[in-house]
Amino acid sequence: MSDTGEDYKGYRGEALAKLKAMGARVWGETIITNERGSYQGIILPRSETDDDKHIVLKLETGYNIGLTAAGITKIEEVGYRKANYKIPESEFPTDAGKPNITLLGTGGTIASRLDYRTGAVIPAFSPGELYGAVPELADICNLKTRKLYGVFSENMGPEQYIATAKAIAEEVAAGVHGIVIGHGTDTMHHTASILSFMVQDLPIPVVMVGSQRSSDRPSSDAARNLICAVRTAADADIAEVVVCMFGPTSDQFNLLHRGTRVRKMHSSYRSAFRTIGDIPLARVWPDRLEMLTDDYIRRDPARTVKLDTAYEEKVTILYYYPGMRPDLVEAIVEKGYRGIVIAGTGLGHVNRPINDVLAAAIRDHGVHVIMTVQTLWGYVQMYVYDTGRDLLELGIVPCANMLPEAAFMKLSWVLGHTDDPAEVKRQMLEPINHEITPGEPHNGYLVFQGGIPEVEAFVRSILK
Amino acid sequence: MESVNYAQLGLKSGVEIHQQILTDHKMFCRCPAGQYSDTYDAEVLRHMRPTLSEMGTYDGTALMEFKTKKEVVYQINKKSVCTYELDDTPPFLVNAQGLDIAIEIALLLNCKLVDELFITRKQYLDGSIPAGFQRTAIVGVDGWIPYKDRKIKIVQLGYEEDACREVSDVGHRIVFRTDRLSMPLIEVVTAPDMHTPEEFAEVVTRLGRLLRATGKVRRGIGSVRQDVNVSIAGSTRVEIKGVPRIGYLPALVHTEAMRQKALLEIRDELSRRKITEETLQAPTASVTDLFSDTACEPVRAAVAAGESVRAIKLSGFADVLNHPVQPGRTFATEFAGRVRVVACIDAEPNLIHTDALPEEITAEEHERLRQELDATEQDVIVVTFGADADTQTAVEEIRLRAIEAIHGVPNETRQRLDGGLSDFERILPGPDRMYPDTDSPPTKITAERVARIRAQLPERPWEREERYATLGIPQGVGYALAISPYAKLFDRLAERHPKFATRVAVTLTQTTKALRRAGIPVENLTDAHFEALFDAHAQGTLEREAIPDTLRELAAHPDKSVESLGLARPDPSRIGEAIDQVLSEDSYTGRSVDGKVDYYVGKVLHRLKTSIGGRQIAERVRKKLQA
Repeated sequence: MSDTGEDYKGYRGEALAKLKAMGARVWGETIITNERGSYQGIILPRSETDDDKHIVLKLETGYNIGLTAAGITKIEEVGYRKANYKIPESEFPTDAGKPNITLLGTGGTIASRLDYRTGAVIPAFSPGELYGAVPELADICNLKTRKLYGVFSENMGPEQYIATAKAIAEEVAAGVHGIVIGHGTDTMHHTASILSFMVQDLPIPVVMVGSQRSSDRPSSDAARNLICAVRTAADADIAEVVVCMFGPTSDQFNLLHRGTRVRKMHSSYRSAFRTIGDIPLARVWPDRLEMLTDDYIRRDPARTVKLDTAYEEKVTILYYYPGMRPDLVEAIVEKGYRGIVIAGTGLGHVNRPINDVLAAAIRDHGVHVIMTVQTLWGYVQMYVYDTGRDLLELGIVPCANMLPEAAFMKLSWVLGHTDDPAEVKRQMLEPINHEITPGEPHNGYLVFQGGIPEVEAFVRSILK
Repeated sequence: MESVNYAQLGLKSGVEIHQQILTDHKMFCRCPAGQYSDTYDAEVLRHMRPTLSEMGTYDGTALMEFKTKKEVVYQINKKSVCTYELDDTPPFLVNAQGLDIAIEIALLLNCKLVDELFITRKQYLDGSIPAGFQRTAIVGVDGWIPYKDRKIKIVQLGYEEDACREVSDVGHRIVFRTDRLSMPLIEVVTAPDMHTPEEFAEVVTRLGRLLRATGKVRRGIGSVRQDVNVSIAGSTRVEIKGVPRIGYLPALVHTEAMRQKALLEIRDELSRRKITEETLQAPTASVTDLFSDTACEPVRAAVAAGESVRAIKLSGFADVLNHPVQPGRTFATEFAGRVRVVACIDAEPNLIHTDALPEEITAEEHERLRQELDATEQDVIVVTFGADADTQTAVEEIRLRAIEAIHGVPNETRQRLDGGLSDFERILPGPDRMYPDTDSPPTKITAERVARIRAQLPERPWEREERYATLGIPQGVGYALAISPYAKLFDRLAERHPKFATRVAVTLTQTTKALRRAGIPVENLTDAHFEALFDAHAQGTLEREAIPDTLRELAAHPDKSVESLGLARPDPSRIGEAIDQVLSEDSYTGRSVDGKVDYYVGKVLHRLKTSIGGRQIAERVRKKLQA
């Protein structure tokens, strides 16, 4: 086990024993001697995930190196320089002529200060800290920040969804002009969906934002995303939950994606977020906004927000694959799950055995089963095969072109209200905000294929 | 170069050699290394935003630079670049082949190796790396190489990724080609142990030969670049970046030492005038209207384009801007360099000043300018022109540079110009821009790995040269052979045929070089070819004169054997017979004796179906003709 003392931070096993035996400690400026000679530098904390056999030294040149603890014959401390993690603040200017924007923090890092010695990224979050990091924000608005909780994106869950929804309603009630939510990017589209259901009839925009590249990088997307999100909250005539992230990978413009139709489509690209089955709402630059569609809910200060944080946790997504065995569905039912969202193949298909076991789940256990497509683009169409028709008869709900994650969030929310199959079906199929759309515009699906001469020519003609 | 007492000047210079190493792939992805092309199929645009400094705030300069920021455009060719280089995919594990080479070089430089390699991020705001930082790591520290009667200290041996190639840099837009980006290279950093320009060039040459002797570094244009560090007594370290040729180095070191000497003279002069950072007055004014009818072309052009003209007074600086700092360049160029880089005003000239006003500026304009800024004879006024925001940056930068002049030599990075000159590139960054790469795990350098590399370690060139000398090989030949790719082959052949060691050495260096220059595909020659050749030579079946032709034939027809080429020594009994036959035909019509000999020798060789042994035949022909 690691000794959590500050003097040995991250060290364990052999390396920890060596530090103790030599009277050395983390942040000590030391001369370390081994059989090859001596090395001078500052002993750094060690990452918990690294092994227990090496000591990390920061050399005067700024480089880090690792030395085997076993080979060290002497450690002489000649000084001590502990890293200071505090971020100096400067007051965020206020201007009566500028709109009041609230930034809600969930734990994702949008702006940060870097500790050059450890590489630790210290979140900048208070208005004063943010003013230090992204001073352009003061040109747009008066900023208030509110830290709701601090969790990584992948650890978000019902508790956080409900707390966020409530915070939005409170801020709306307090009369703010727009809300920005800083969020990790991995599950941003899940949160965007559930907030679209939990907080309806918004009078103002709720803009979710994160960063795909850490903010220590000079080329990070973080500051630009935040500026564009604040610009949206301040200027956009949209009163919906939207996601504001890079359009192209170039520093060109951001896109506003509707909360129910957005999806993270790449594990690392800056331009990872895409509207699926439709076009984005708008393009945003740090200094302006340009709507791409007419189909959105307008701002209306007179509108009364509707907060509804119902949630059923016993819901799952089942990503169907060929050869899937029915015992998997049986296990889900046995564990008491009330809802299953299937991401089916093609138009919404599963094999015969799964078909049968789903039928049993609906018929015998009252489980609510929803069909979506793992192709992401396109509609469920279950009339093509008899098996599909049988399931429809039994009450599986084909969810048109609702994205699997949006369907999962919606079913969790709907089952928080009712267990009546007809009512579940009605609510699932009645769109709250475009999670189902009546049709797909031809430009709602544009996954261009590289290598085609015309596509290559087009890509060459734009900034990617 | 004038003769200068460098010791008195306190000249200290050190080098950072960046040498690409010979790997199949790039350092952190699977893209091929060394695949260059001038075409591209996509472009990406980024900006480089200063991140918070160690103190947690932006300083004024950094923010100012960002406000006049550059658009950075990257040209991408999918054959040489993937999403890693563009910072849209995290790094894959560090290239192990390259790490082996880096360890080998660290051992050759007598460095102490690290046990665990940590990838570090080194920030660059100039856009030359799309992420805004370079991934780099230290493999060894504190080494040395012998030079004259002393040791030159090697501070560290780094393993790092290369940056982009710059295509253009105009105004607020800089364009980079990305093919070279992330190719693995090693960085050798010496201490400032060289005390004259000549020593500097000699040490760089010595280090370069050591690297080449491994046979594992890239050759050719751009594969090696030197950063030159220079300081003199009383100055601070200045770095001149990316010098591609050793031949440029002595003049650069000399000129930089002289520039620093001049800057110290300026410092002393300002001190005599009792100018300090506190007393310096540097008011600025927009003077666009004042020059609305000017005949001075660059200013007129700016006004006509609707741009701004802005002036700054430097109190007490009169005549200082005329002080020469480099051959043909005055102190004013120090300001012009800053304005070019920081304010992005790069049309030349980008400023004028009252110490040397262009003739086109009228006395009236000059007088009004002085009135506008309330300037006396003791002051100088510097005028810049360009986009309004850029001129604001420019005058502030001029003020900052003037303050630096009061202190002496600014700590900066410079770019090489022709003729030993250099110009400002950027402020020299400190160690604070280094921090761990959280995307990469540490890599253990195990004792087994080091032992394996140590067992294969090549001799250092100077060690080889000493050994060659004991074999009686002439110094020049040994010097070339020591870094030749044939060095190992030489050792085998010299052991097999000690009598012919020099001949082998000459063949492997001078002969192959001459053949290569003649366009012969020498790369087709294998070790086996050379072995067969020298075996035949040792057995007396192949004459010395036949060696070049044999190699020429083998290179053209690598499948043939030495014997089958018909280049073996002709049967002596047949030579006399052939000479007699040829002479009996007596077909030569010219008068020249030498021509006659050559003519008959050709005939004899043809008859013998060989191309060798011409010299002996010529002697015999000449004797017969004289007889």
